[in-house]
Amino acid sequence: MRADNLAPVEYREEAGAGMLRACAVACRRDLLVAFRHRQDIVNPLVFFVIVVSLFPLGVSPDLDFLREAGAGIIWVAALLAILLSLGNLFRNDYEDGTLEQWVLSPQPLFVLVLVRVLTNWMVAIVPLLLLVPVLGLMVHLPADLIGVLTLTLVLGTPVLILVGAIGAALTVSVRSSGVLLALIILPLYVPVLIFGTGAVAAAADNVPIVGHLAILGAMLALAITLAPLAIAAALRMSVASG
Amino acid sequence: MWQWFHKLGSPKWFFGFAGTLIPWLAVGALILLAIGLVWGLLFAPPDYQQGDSYRIIFIHVPSAYLAQSLYIAMAVAGAVGIIWRMKMADTFIAAAAPIGAALTFLALFTGAVWGKPTWGTWWVWDARLTSMLLLFFLYLGIIALRGAMDDRDSAARACAILALVGAVNIPIIKYSVDWWNTLHQPASIKLTEPPAMPAEMWMPLLVMGIAFHLLVGWLVLARMRNEIIERERRTRWLRDWLGSR
Repeated sequence: MRADNLAPVEYREEAGAGMLRACAVACRRDLLVAFRHRQDIVNPLVFFVIVVSLFPLGVSPDLDFLREAGAGIIWVAALLAILLSLGNLFRNDYEDGTLEQWVLSPQPLFVLVLVRVLTNWMVAIVPLLLLVPVLGLMVHLPADLIGVLTLTLVLGTPVLILVGAIGAALTVSVRSSGVLLALIILPLYVPVLIFGTGAVAAAADNVPIVGHLAILGAMLALAITLAPLAIAAALRMSVASG
Repeated sequence: MWQWFHKLGSPKWFFGFAGTLIPWLAVGALILLAIGLVWGLLFAPPDYQQGDSYRIIFIHVPSAYLAQSLYIAMAVAGAVGIIWRMKMADTFIAAAAPIGAALTFLALFTGAVWGKPTWGTWWVWDARLTSMLLLFFLYLGIIALRGAMDDRDSAARACAILALVGAVNIPIIKYSVDWWNTLHQPASIKLTEPPAMPAEMWMPLLVMGIAFHLLVGWLVLARMRNEIIERERRTRWLRDWLGSR
Protein backbone atom coordinates (compact mmCIF):
# COMPACT_ATOMS: atom_id res chain seq x y z
CA MET A 1 0.00 0.00 0.00
CA ARG A 2 1.34 3.40 -0.85
CA ALA A 3 1.81 5.88 1.90
CA ASP A 4 0.19 8.81 0.10
CA ASN A 5 -3.12 6.98 0.13
CA LEU A 6 -3.11 7.26 3.90
CA ALA A 7 -2.64 11.01 3.92
CA PRO A 8 -5.60 12.65 5.67
CA VAL A 9 -8.02 14.58 3.54
CA GLU A 10 -7.00 18.18 3.67
CA TYR A 11 -9.73 20.74 3.71
CA ARG A 12 -8.70 24.28 4.38
CA GLU A 13 -10.71 27.43 4.28
CA GLU A 14 -9.29 30.83 3.85
CA ALA A 15 -7.74 32.12 7.03
CA GLY A 16 -10.43 33.63 9.22
CA ALA A 17 -13.35 32.40 7.12
CA GLY A 18 -14.03 29.52 9.50
CA MET A 19 -14.20 31.82 12.46
CA LEU A 20 -16.62 34.18 10.76
CA ARG A 21 -18.83 31.29 9.77
CA ALA A 22 -18.75 29.91 13.29
CA CYS A 23 -19.78 33.32 14.59
CA ALA A 24 -22.62 33.54 12.12
CA VAL A 25 -23.84 30.05 13.04
CA ALA A 26 -23.59 30.77 16.76
CA CYS A 27 -25.39 34.08 16.38
CA ARG A 28 -28.17 32.50 14.29
CA ARG A 29 -28.60 29.69 16.79
CA ASP A 30 -28.76 32.08 19.77
CA LEU A 31 -31.37 34.21 18.03
CA LEU A 32 -33.40 31.10 17.20
CA VAL A 33 -33.23 29.81 20.78
CA ALA A 34 -34.22 33.22 22.10
CA PHE A 35 -37.13 33.43 19.68
CA ARG A 36 -38.40 30.02 20.75
CA HIS A 37 -38.14 30.84 24.47
CA ARG A 38 -39.84 34.19 24.32
CA GLN A 39 -40.91 33.95 27.95
CA ASP A 40 -37.26 34.11 29.06
CA ILE A 41 -37.00 37.50 27.38
CA VAL A 42 -40.34 38.82 28.54
CA ASN A 43 -39.91 37.95 32.22
CA PRO A 44 -36.98 40.31 32.93
CA LEU A 45 -38.87 43.08 31.12
CA VAL A 46 -41.90 42.62 33.35
CA PHE A 47 -39.59 42.55 36.34
CA PHE A 48 -38.03 45.82 35.13
CA VAL A 49 -41.41 47.54 34.91
CA ILE A 50 -42.53 46.22 38.31
CA VAL A 51 -39.37 47.38 40.07
CA VAL A 52 -39.70 50.88 38.63
CA SER A 53 -43.32 51.08 39.71
CA LEU A 54 -42.44 50.00 43.26
CA PHE A 55 -40.56 53.24 43.94
CA PRO A 56 -43.47 55.69 43.63
CA LEU A 57 -45.49 53.26 45.77
CA GLY A 58 -42.78 52.69 48.32
CA VAL A 59 -41.17 56.10 48.63
CA SER A 60 -43.36 58.87 47.30
CA PRO A 61 -45.47 59.64 44.23
CA ASP A 62 -44.42 63.27 44.65
CA LEU A 63 -43.55 64.84 41.28
CA ASP A 64 -40.40 66.56 42.49
CA PHE A 65 -39.05 63.37 44.06
CA LEU A 66 -39.76 61.35 40.92
CA ARG A 67 -38.14 63.93 38.66
CA GLU A 68 -35.09 63.95 40.92
CA ALA A 69 -34.78 60.19 41.38
CA GLY A 70 -36.40 58.84 38.20
CA ALA A 71 -33.24 58.30 36.19
CA GLY A 72 -31.54 56.55 39.10
CA ILE A 73 -34.57 54.32 39.66
CA ILE A 74 -34.68 53.28 36.01
CA TRP A 75 -30.94 52.63 35.97
CA VAL A 76 -31.07 50.48 39.10
CA ALA A 77 -34.10 48.58 37.83
CA ALA A 78 -32.39 47.91 34.48
CA LEU A 79 -29.29 46.75 36.31
CA LEU A 80 -31.29 44.31 38.44
CA ALA A 81 -33.22 43.03 35.43
CA ILE A 82 -29.94 42.34 33.62
CA LEU A 83 -28.57 40.62 36.70
CA LEU A 84 -31.65 38.42 36.84
CA SER A 85 -31.36 37.41 33.19
CA LEU A 86 -27.64 36.60 33.46
CA GLY A 87 -28.29 33.33 35.26
CA ASN A 88 -29.52 31.81 31.98
CA LEU A 89 -26.67 33.12 29.84
CA PHE A 90 -24.61 29.91 29.89
CA ARG A 91 -26.74 27.62 32.05
CA ASN A 92 -28.47 25.53 29.35
CA ASP A 93 -25.35 25.22 27.25
CA TYR A 94 -23.44 24.08 30.31
CA GLU A 95 -26.00 21.42 31.13
CA ASP A 96 -26.40 19.98 27.64
CA GLY A 97 -22.67 19.96 26.89
CA THR A 98 -22.57 22.70 24.26
CA LEU A 99 -19.98 24.56 26.28
CA GLU A 100 -17.66 21.57 26.10
CA GLN A 101 -17.94 21.68 22.32
CA TRP A 102 -17.14 25.39 22.44
CA VAL A 103 -14.03 24.73 24.48
CA LEU A 104 -12.97 21.91 22.12
CA SER A 105 -13.76 23.79 18.92
CA PRO A 106 -10.88 25.15 16.85
CA GLN A 107 -12.38 28.64 16.99
CA PRO A 108 -11.09 30.90 19.75
CA LEU A 109 -13.39 30.65 22.74
CA PHE A 110 -13.40 34.36 23.49
CA VAL A 111 -14.83 35.14 20.05
CA LEU A 112 -17.70 32.68 20.53
CA VAL A 113 -18.27 34.18 23.96
CA LEU A 114 -18.36 37.68 22.54
CA VAL A 115 -20.94 36.62 19.96
CA ARG A 116 -23.07 35.07 22.69
CA VAL A 117 -22.91 38.19 24.85
CA LEU A 118 -23.68 40.61 22.03
CA THR A 119 -26.55 38.47 20.78
CA ASN A 120 -27.91 38.40 24.29
CA TRP A 121 -27.64 42.18 24.41
CA MET A 122 -29.67 42.40 21.22
CA VAL A 123 -32.48 40.12 22.32
CA ALA A 124 -32.65 41.06 26.00
CA ILE A 125 -31.65 44.71 26.22
CA VAL A 126 -33.00 46.29 23.06
CA PRO A 127 -36.62 45.57 24.10
CA LEU A 128 -35.75 46.96 27.53
CA LEU A 129 -34.45 50.15 25.93
CA LEU A 130 -37.71 50.47 24.04
CA LEU A 131 -39.55 50.46 27.36
CA VAL A 132 -37.40 53.24 28.82
CA PRO A 133 -39.30 56.17 27.25
CA VAL A 134 -42.60 54.81 28.59
CA LEU A 135 -41.20 54.40 32.09
CA GLY A 136 -39.50 57.78 31.82
CA LEU A 137 -42.90 59.35 31.25
CA MET A 138 -44.29 57.44 34.23
CA VAL A 139 -41.64 58.97 36.51
CA HIS A 140 -42.18 62.40 34.91
CA LEU A 141 -38.77 62.80 33.33
CA PRO A 142 -38.68 65.62 30.74
CA ALA A 143 -38.38 64.41 27.16
CA ASP A 144 -34.79 65.57 26.63
CA LEU A 145 -33.66 63.77 29.79
CA ILE A 146 -35.33 60.58 28.58
CA GLY A 147 -33.17 60.87 25.47
CA VAL A 148 -30.02 61.26 27.55
CA LEU A 149 -31.08 58.39 29.81
CA THR A 150 -31.61 56.10 26.81
CA LEU A 151 -28.24 57.11 25.40
CA THR A 152 -26.44 56.27 28.65
CA LEU A 153 -28.25 52.94 28.80
CA VAL A 154 -27.22 52.16 25.21
CA LEU A 155 -23.58 52.73 26.18
CA GLY A 156 -23.77 51.25 29.67
CA THR A 157 -25.81 48.07 29.33
CA PRO A 158 -23.26 46.23 27.12
CA VAL A 159 -20.69 46.84 29.86
CA LEU A 160 -23.11 45.44 32.43
CA ILE A 161 -23.71 42.31 30.36
CA LEU A 162 -20.02 41.81 29.57
CA VAL A 163 -18.95 42.17 33.21
CA GLY A 164 -21.93 40.15 34.41
CA ALA A 165 -21.08 37.37 31.97
CA ILE A 166 -17.77 36.92 33.81
CA GLY A 167 -19.75 36.21 36.96
CA ALA A 168 -22.21 33.99 35.10
CA ALA A 169 -19.32 31.98 33.66
CA LEU A 170 -17.67 31.65 37.06
CA THR A 171 -20.84 30.42 38.78
CA VAL A 172 -22.37 28.33 35.98
CA SER A 173 -21.38 25.09 37.70
CA VAL A 174 -22.76 26.22 41.06
CA ARG A 175 -26.27 25.17 41.95
CA SER A 176 -28.72 28.01 42.78
CA SER A 177 -26.16 30.64 41.90
CA GLY A 178 -28.50 33.64 41.75
CA VAL A 179 -27.58 35.40 44.99
CA LEU A 180 -23.91 34.48 44.63
CA LEU A 181 -23.86 36.02 41.16
CA ALA A 182 -25.38 39.23 42.51
CA LEU A 183 -22.89 39.33 45.36
CA ILE A 184 -19.81 39.07 43.18
CA ILE A 185 -21.03 41.23 40.30
CA LEU A 186 -22.91 44.17 41.84
CA PRO A 187 -19.83 45.92 43.30
CA LEU A 188 -18.31 45.87 39.82
CA TYR A 189 -21.41 47.61 38.41
CA VAL A 190 -20.94 50.74 40.52
CA PRO A 191 -18.81 52.79 38.07
CA VAL A 192 -21.28 52.27 35.20
CA LEU A 193 -24.17 53.25 37.45
CA ILE A 194 -22.37 56.38 38.65
CA PHE A 195 -21.59 57.69 35.19
CA GLY A 196 -24.93 56.61 33.72
CA THR A 197 -26.97 58.49 36.29
CA GLY A 198 -24.34 61.24 36.48
CA ALA A 199 -24.90 62.08 32.81
CA VAL A 200 -28.64 62.48 33.36
CA ALA A 201 -28.06 64.64 36.44
CA ALA A 202 -25.60 66.77 34.49
CA ALA A 203 -28.07 67.18 31.63
CA ALA A 204 -30.73 68.26 34.13
CA ASP A 205 -28.32 70.98 35.36
CA ASN A 206 -27.56 72.04 31.76
CA VAL A 207 -23.94 70.94 32.11
CA PRO A 208 -22.27 69.28 29.09
CA ILE A 209 -22.54 65.50 29.30
CA VAL A 210 -19.84 64.65 26.76
CA GLY A 211 -17.39 63.77 29.53
CA HIS A 212 -19.76 61.26 31.09
CA LEU A 213 -20.54 59.68 27.74
CA ALA A 214 -16.84 59.53 26.87
CA ILE A 215 -16.07 57.69 30.10
CA LEU A 216 -18.97 55.29 29.55
CA GLY A 217 -17.60 54.68 26.08
CA ALA A 218 -14.13 54.11 27.49
CA MET A 219 -15.54 51.54 29.92
CA LEU A 220 -17.32 49.85 27.02
CA ALA A 221 -14.07 49.71 25.02
CA LEU A 222 -12.24 48.25 28.02
CA ALA A 223 -14.99 45.73 28.77
CA ILE A 224 -15.40 44.56 25.18
CA THR A 225 -11.67 43.89 24.85
CA LEU A 226 -10.84 42.40 28.26
CA ALA A 227 -14.07 40.80 29.51
CA PRO A 228 -14.28 38.08 26.78
CA LEU A 229 -10.84 36.83 27.85
CA ALA A 230 -11.96 36.58 31.48
CA ILE A 231 -15.25 34.96 30.46
CA ALA A 232 -13.39 32.41 28.33
CA ALA A 233 -11.00 31.60 31.19
CA ALA A 234 -13.92 31.24 33.60
CA LEU A 235 -15.83 28.96 31.19
CA ARG A 236 -12.75 26.77 30.73
CA MET A 237 -12.58 26.47 34.51
CA SER A 238 -16.28 25.61 34.81
CA VAL A 239 -16.18 23.03 32.02
CA ALA A 240 -13.03 21.40 33.41
CA SER A 241 -14.62 21.05 36.83
CA GLY A 242 -17.98 19.80 35.56
CA MET B 1 16.17 33.53 42.28
CA TRP B 2 14.26 30.91 40.28
CA GLN B 3 15.18 28.19 42.70
CA TRP B 4 13.64 30.25 45.47
CA PHE B 5 10.53 30.73 43.33
CA HIS B 6 10.23 27.00 42.74
CA LYS B 7 10.64 26.30 46.44
CA LEU B 8 7.77 28.69 47.10
CA GLY B 9 5.56 26.36 45.07
CA SER B 10 6.24 23.35 47.27
CA PRO B 11 3.74 22.96 50.13
CA LYS B 12 6.25 20.97 52.16
CA TRP B 13 8.99 23.60 51.94
CA PHE B 14 6.54 26.42 52.53
CA PHE B 15 5.05 24.67 55.54
CA GLY B 16 8.44 24.51 57.23
CA PHE B 17 9.40 28.02 56.12
CA ALA B 18 6.17 29.49 57.50
CA GLY B 19 6.65 27.50 60.68
CA THR B 20 10.06 29.06 61.34
CA LEU B 21 8.84 32.54 60.40
CA ILE B 22 5.67 32.58 62.51
CA PRO B 23 7.22 32.84 66.01
CA TRP B 24 9.36 35.82 64.93
CA LEU B 25 6.41 37.59 63.35
CA ALA B 26 4.20 36.86 66.34
CA VAL B 27 6.70 38.14 68.91
CA GLY B 28 7.50 41.22 66.82
CA ALA B 29 3.83 41.98 66.20
CA LEU B 30 2.85 41.64 69.86
CA ILE B 31 5.75 43.76 71.14
CA LEU B 32 5.23 46.52 68.56
CA LEU B 33 1.45 46.47 69.06
CA ALA B 34 1.95 46.91 72.79
CA ILE B 35 4.44 49.75 72.30
CA GLY B 36 2.39 51.46 69.61
CA LEU B 37 -0.93 51.21 71.45
CA VAL B 38 0.41 52.48 74.77
CA TRP B 39 2.41 55.23 73.08
CA GLY B 40 -0.38 56.28 70.76
CA LEU B 41 -3.29 56.05 73.17
CA LEU B 42 -1.62 57.36 76.34
CA PHE B 43 1.49 59.40 75.58
CA ALA B 44 1.07 61.03 72.16
CA PRO B 45 -0.17 64.62 72.49
CA PRO B 46 -3.85 65.33 71.75
CA ASP B 47 -4.70 67.00 68.46
CA TYR B 48 -5.32 70.72 68.75
CA GLN B 49 -8.55 70.44 66.75
CA GLN B 50 -9.92 66.97 67.37
CA GLY B 51 -8.69 66.42 70.91
CA ASP B 52 -8.35 62.77 71.85
CA SER B 53 -10.72 61.36 69.24
CA TYR B 54 -7.98 61.45 66.61
CA ARG B 55 -6.21 58.60 68.44
CA ILE B 56 -8.29 56.09 66.53
CA ILE B 57 -6.02 56.65 63.52
CA PHE B 58 -3.48 54.39 65.21
CA ILE B 59 -5.85 51.50 64.43
CA HIS B 60 -7.72 52.99 61.49
CA VAL B 61 -4.90 53.97 59.15
CA PRO B 62 -2.88 50.71 59.32
CA SER B 63 -5.97 48.54 58.87
CA ALA B 64 -7.28 50.61 55.94
CA TYR B 65 -3.86 50.59 54.30
CA LEU B 66 -3.38 46.84 54.72
CA ALA B 67 -6.94 46.08 53.61
CA GLN B 68 -6.16 47.69 50.27
CA SER B 69 -2.70 46.26 49.76
CA LEU B 70 -3.86 42.77 50.73
CA TYR B 71 -6.37 42.81 47.86
CA ILE B 72 -3.63 43.76 45.41
CA ALA B 73 -1.48 40.97 46.86
CA MET B 74 -4.38 38.57 46.29
CA ALA B 75 -4.67 39.68 42.67
CA VAL B 76 -0.92 39.13 42.17
CA ALA B 77 -1.28 35.69 43.73
CA GLY B 78 -4.23 35.06 41.41
CA ALA B 79 -2.10 35.91 38.37
CA VAL B 80 0.69 33.66 39.65
CA GLY B 81 -1.83 30.89 40.24
CA ILE B 82 -3.29 31.15 36.75
CA ILE B 83 0.03 31.47 34.93
CA TRP B 84 2.18 28.94 36.81
CA ARG B 85 -0.57 26.83 38.40
CA MET B 86 1.18 27.27 41.72
CA LYS B 87 -0.69 25.62 44.59
CA MET B 88 0.57 28.04 47.21
CA ALA B 89 -0.88 31.03 45.36
CA ASP B 90 -4.38 29.73 45.92
CA THR B 91 -3.57 28.85 49.51
CA PHE B 92 -2.60 32.50 49.93
CA ILE B 93 -5.90 33.75 48.45
CA ALA B 94 -7.88 31.38 50.64
CA ALA B 95 -5.98 32.52 53.72
CA ALA B 96 -5.89 36.24 52.95
CA ALA B 97 -9.50 36.90 51.89
CA PRO B 98 -11.14 36.62 55.34
CA ILE B 99 -8.31 38.62 56.91
CA GLY B 100 -8.67 41.33 54.29
CA ALA B 101 -12.43 41.43 54.86
CA ALA B 102 -11.87 41.72 58.61
CA LEU B 103 -9.37 44.57 58.13
CA THR B 104 -11.76 46.40 55.80
CA PHE B 105 -14.53 46.01 58.34
CA LEU B 106 -12.20 47.26 61.09
CA ALA B 107 -11.30 50.31 59.00
CA LEU B 108 -14.99 51.05 58.32
CA PHE B 109 -15.95 50.52 61.95
CA THR B 110 -13.18 52.68 63.41
CA GLY B 111 -13.97 55.30 60.79
CA ALA B 112 -17.61 55.36 61.88
CA VAL B 113 -16.64 55.57 65.54
CA TRP B 114 -14.34 58.48 64.71
CA GLY B 115 -16.89 60.14 62.45
CA LYS B 116 -19.57 60.38 65.14
CA PRO B 117 -17.74 62.89 67.40
CA THR B 118 -15.86 64.59 64.55
CA TRP B 119 -18.46 64.92 61.79
CA GLY B 120 -21.50 64.38 64.02
CA THR B 121 -22.65 61.34 62.03
CA TRP B 122 -21.78 57.66 61.83
CA TRP B 123 -21.72 57.47 58.09
CA VAL B 124 -21.18 59.92 55.23
CA TRP B 125 -21.36 59.00 51.57
CA ASP B 126 -17.85 60.27 51.23
CA ALA B 127 -15.75 58.97 48.35
CA ARG B 128 -13.23 57.21 50.56
CA LEU B 129 -15.82 55.59 52.79
CA THR B 130 -17.80 54.40 49.79
CA SER B 131 -14.82 52.88 48.02
CA MET B 132 -13.82 51.07 51.22
CA LEU B 133 -17.37 49.73 51.48
CA LEU B 134 -17.13 48.45 47.91
CA LEU B 135 -13.77 46.85 48.70
CA PHE B 136 -15.51 45.08 51.58
CA PHE B 137 -18.12 43.74 49.14
CA LEU B 138 -15.38 42.57 46.78
CA TYR B 139 -13.77 40.59 49.61
CA LEU B 140 -17.13 39.09 50.58
CA GLY B 141 -17.70 38.10 46.93
CA ILE B 142 -14.42 36.17 46.82
CA ILE B 143 -15.18 34.44 50.12
CA ALA B 144 -18.69 33.54 48.93
CA LEU B 145 -17.45 32.21 45.58
CA ARG B 146 -14.90 29.99 47.31
CA GLY B 147 -17.53 28.76 49.73
CA ALA B 148 -19.96 27.87 46.94
CA MET B 149 -17.60 25.66 44.93
CA ASP B 150 -17.05 22.10 46.05
CA ASP B 151 -14.12 21.26 43.83
CA ARG B 152 -10.91 22.77 45.17
CA ASP B 153 -9.11 23.28 41.85
CA SER B 154 -12.03 25.05 40.23
CA ALA B 155 -12.56 27.18 43.34
CA ALA B 156 -8.90 28.17 43.11
CA ARG B 157 -9.16 29.21 39.46
CA ALA B 158 -12.49 30.95 39.97
CA CYS B 159 -11.18 33.00 42.89
CA ALA B 160 -8.01 33.85 40.99
CA ILE B 161 -10.04 35.11 38.01
CA LEU B 162 -12.37 37.09 40.25
CA ALA B 163 -9.46 38.63 42.16
CA LEU B 164 -7.90 39.75 38.87
CA VAL B 165 -11.18 41.16 37.56
CA GLY B 166 -11.64 42.99 40.85
CA ALA B 167 -8.11 44.38 40.70
CA VAL B 168 -8.76 45.79 37.22
CA ASN B 169 -11.93 47.34 38.58
CA ILE B 170 -10.52 48.81 41.78
CA PRO B 171 -8.95 51.90 40.16
CA ILE B 172 -12.09 52.43 38.04
CA ILE B 173 -14.32 52.14 41.10
CA LYS B 174 -12.06 54.43 43.09
CA TYR B 175 -11.93 57.23 40.53
CA SER B 176 -15.61 57.00 39.63
CA VAL B 177 -16.59 57.19 43.30
CA ASP B 178 -14.26 60.17 43.76
CA TRP B 179 -15.91 61.90 40.84
CA TRP B 180 -19.43 61.00 41.92
CA ASN B 181 -18.81 62.50 45.31
CA THR B 182 -17.41 65.77 43.97
CA LEU B 183 -20.40 65.99 41.63
CA HIS B 184 -23.06 65.43 44.24
CA GLN B 185 -21.97 67.06 47.44
CA PRO B 186 -19.33 69.71 46.97
CA ALA B 187 -17.67 70.30 50.31
CA SER B 188 -20.64 69.89 52.60
CA ILE B 189 -18.33 68.08 54.97
CA LYS B 190 -14.62 68.48 54.66
CA LEU B 191 -12.01 66.31 56.23
CA THR B 192 -10.18 68.61 58.61
CA GLU B 193 -6.86 68.67 56.87
CA PRO B 194 -4.41 67.67 59.57
CA PRO B 195 -1.45 70.00 59.75
CA ALA B 196 1.86 68.28 59.09
CA MET B 197 1.88 65.84 61.99
CA PRO B 198 4.44 66.39 64.71
CA ALA B 199 6.85 63.55 65.31
CA GLU B 200 5.19 62.55 68.57
CA MET B 201 2.12 61.65 66.53
CA TRP B 202 3.54 59.95 63.46
CA MET B 203 6.16 57.92 65.31
CA PRO B 204 3.56 55.77 67.12
CA LEU B 205 1.62 55.58 63.85
CA LEU B 206 4.72 54.24 62.15
CA VAL B 207 5.17 51.70 64.94
CA MET B 208 1.56 50.63 64.57
CA GLY B 209 1.96 50.37 60.80
CA ILE B 210 4.91 48.00 61.16
CA ALA B 211 3.07 46.10 63.90
CA PHE B 212 0.03 45.59 61.65
CA HIS B 213 2.25 44.33 58.82
CA LEU B 214 3.81 41.77 61.13
CA LEU B 215 0.41 40.86 62.55
CA VAL B 216 -1.11 40.30 59.12
CA GLY B 217 1.95 38.34 58.01
CA TRP B 218 1.61 36.17 61.08
CA LEU B 219 -2.11 35.56 60.63
CA VAL B 220 -1.84 34.87 56.89
CA LEU B 221 1.02 32.41 57.35
CA ALA B 222 -0.77 30.65 60.20
CA ARG B 223 -3.93 30.31 58.12
CA MET B 224 -1.88 29.11 55.14
CA ARG B 225 -0.35 26.41 57.34
CA ASN B 226 -3.81 25.29 58.35
CA GLU B 227 -4.86 25.20 54.70
CA ILE B 228 -1.80 23.11 53.86
CA ILE B 229 -2.57 20.68 56.67
CA GLU B 230 -6.08 20.25 55.34
CA ARG B 231 -5.09 19.89 51.71
CA GLU B 232 -2.02 17.72 52.10
CA ARG B 233 -3.31 15.55 54.91
CA ARG B 234 -2.87 12.42 52.83
CA THR B 235 0.80 13.05 52.04
CA ARG B 236 3.57 11.14 53.73
CA TRP B 237 5.58 14.11 54.99
CA LEU B 238 2.63 15.73 56.69
CA ARG B 239 1.62 12.48 58.41
CA ASP B 240 5.18 12.09 59.63
CA TRP B 241 5.13 15.66 60.91
CA LEU B 242 1.78 15.18 62.62
CA GLY B 243 3.00 11.91 64.09
CA SER B 244 6.09 13.57 65.53
CA ARG B 245 4.03 16.10 67.41
